[in-house]
Amino acid sequence: MEEKIKVMLVAAALLFASVPGGADAKEREEAAVDPRGQILAFSCASCHGTDGKSVSIIPSFYGKSPEYLEMALKDFKSGRRYSTVMMRHAKGYTDEEIRLIAEYYGTVWQNNN
Amino acid sequence: MGQNISRRDFSKLLFTGAAGSALGIGAFPLRAGAAASKRVVVVGGGFGGASAAKYLKKLDSSISVTLIEPKAVFYTCPFSNWVIGGLKTMQEIAQKYAVLKNRYKVDVLADTVVSVDGVKSTVKLKSGKVVGYDRLIVSPGIDFDFEAIEGYSRKVAESVMPHAYEAGPQTVLLQKQLHSLKDGGKVIICPPANPFRCPPGPYERASLIAHYLKENKPKSRILILDAKEKFSKQALFTKGWERLYPGMIEWRSASTGGRILNVDSSAMRVTTEFGIEKGDVINLIPPQKAGKIAFDAGLVDSSGWCPVNPVSFESLIQPGIHVIGDACTAGAMPKSGFAASSQGKVTAAAIARLFRGEVPVAPSLVNTCYSLIGPGYGISVAAVYKLTADGIVSIKGAGGLTPMDADDDQLSEEATFARGWYNNIAQDIWG
Repeated sequence: MEEKIKVMLVAAALLFASVPGGADAKEREEAAVDPRGQILAFSCASCHGTDGKSVSIIPSFYGKSPEYLEMALKDFKSGRRYSTVMMRHAKGYTDEEIRLIAEYYGTVWQNNN
Repeated sequence: MGQNISRRDFSKLLFTGAAGSALGIGAFPLRAGAAASKRVVVVGGGFGGASAAKYLKKLDSSISVTLIEPKAVFYTCPFSNWVIGGLKTMQEIAQKYAVLKNRYKVDVLADTVVSVDGVKSTVKLKSGKVVGYDRLIVSPGIDFDFEAIEGYSRKVAESVMPHAYEAGPQTVLLQKQLHSLKDGGKVIICPPANPFRCPPGPYERASLIAHYLKENKPKSRILILDAKEKFSKQALFTKGWERLYPGMIEWRSASTGGRILNVDSSAMRVTTEFGIEKGDVINLIPPQKAGKIAFDAGLVDSSGWCPVNPVSFESLIQPGIHVIGDACTAGAMPKSGFAASSQGKVTAAAIARLFRGEVPVAPSLVNTCYSLIGPGYGISVAAVYKLTADGIVSIKGAGGLTPMDADDDQLSEEATFARGWYNNIAQDIWG
């Protein structure tokens, strides 16, 4: 059991650290959606709706471009753009993670169409 | 520390060549190829379970997902305080399973799991039906330790001193009691010690009861007898209470007379270390533990909660069984509906990858908890979590509270976003 956890932790850490490793890197390239981007992006849906399609006053990302989303997140992170809660959230992500999240929501709506 | 791995081991494995080869070793059949059978049974249709069910189907529609939930309507604990305060109706916090069933093709069974056979990988239902699984997700929420307080019991909770910490009939009972309270009456709220579901919950409740009383029975008072020395968003709540409900809410910490020794439900009295308090309404929130099925399935450790692998939320006690939501111990994450949903998605993603013979990716988890102090006065706490050698930790410099100096516009905006949050998270999970 302990061994298994170690393996999973290490495997996860490798992916998290974006180490270009072995067989998995190839498979990831082939996959339509980057699994890291996907798992990072899933968090956003809790407030912004599934696939970024908001049904409330909270802004929707559905139909937005990756470039726009990346800029918005970076502006929240730097404090250039004001928000009650997004300034607090955006600081939790590296620029690379922001790019992955932006890529996910900037393309997920195209895949759905 | 929830994991059996030391910081040194973690770093050693991470930064040496052992890491690469560790991926390929036989301890875990990562390269074994795609699974032939992909059946997931999810126990519990709350924030965690319903999120996991929907996202499993979203990630891979060929996975067969069965959701077992006895209730046809799930009333959410989040926003049940708004109902108690008269700002929402029960219908507005009612979630159903039609979309999961019809659109996402989740097999929803209105039944209860009575036992889990981890060896045969089956669950037995109350109806007598036996359902097999390849992966089991247990998301049972909390159970109450009614016996922890002398004089309290499930019967007392259901008749005179509701906990209202599972939304539904308990919410309605507390609301009715407030409606029949006379002006000038006293409401006592007794929050439990940590850890418990929704850390800011009792204090949002005090706020919204105060809102109702101020509008309808302004001579009434609220006394909070706390089992803790401090509480979530304390400074923000205290400031809000002073601004909106001056003199109405009194909070006593455990050591200043808050700790409860026993209750007398016929006399409507609570005894603390400092004396007896009489209440017209007594909302006693008992200490909590993982939901019953987690105990029955042998997933709980001595803490009363379920230890899990933070990558996949797989039980550290029973392989093949994942535990999410309030019932699990998830490092720095609070027991909240948002956290449960976040864990449900991470678990769904991990299981989808395991079925494909792939390594689960590192989890990214989030929590955002809005609390309402008044209809136009909202506050929040946020956190982004990542996995380290110390388990799931909150990322430093990110997240945090509504600023103490937030102006009225910001507080009003937070209240508006709180409403928006509810609609979207409900849609993300059940819609």
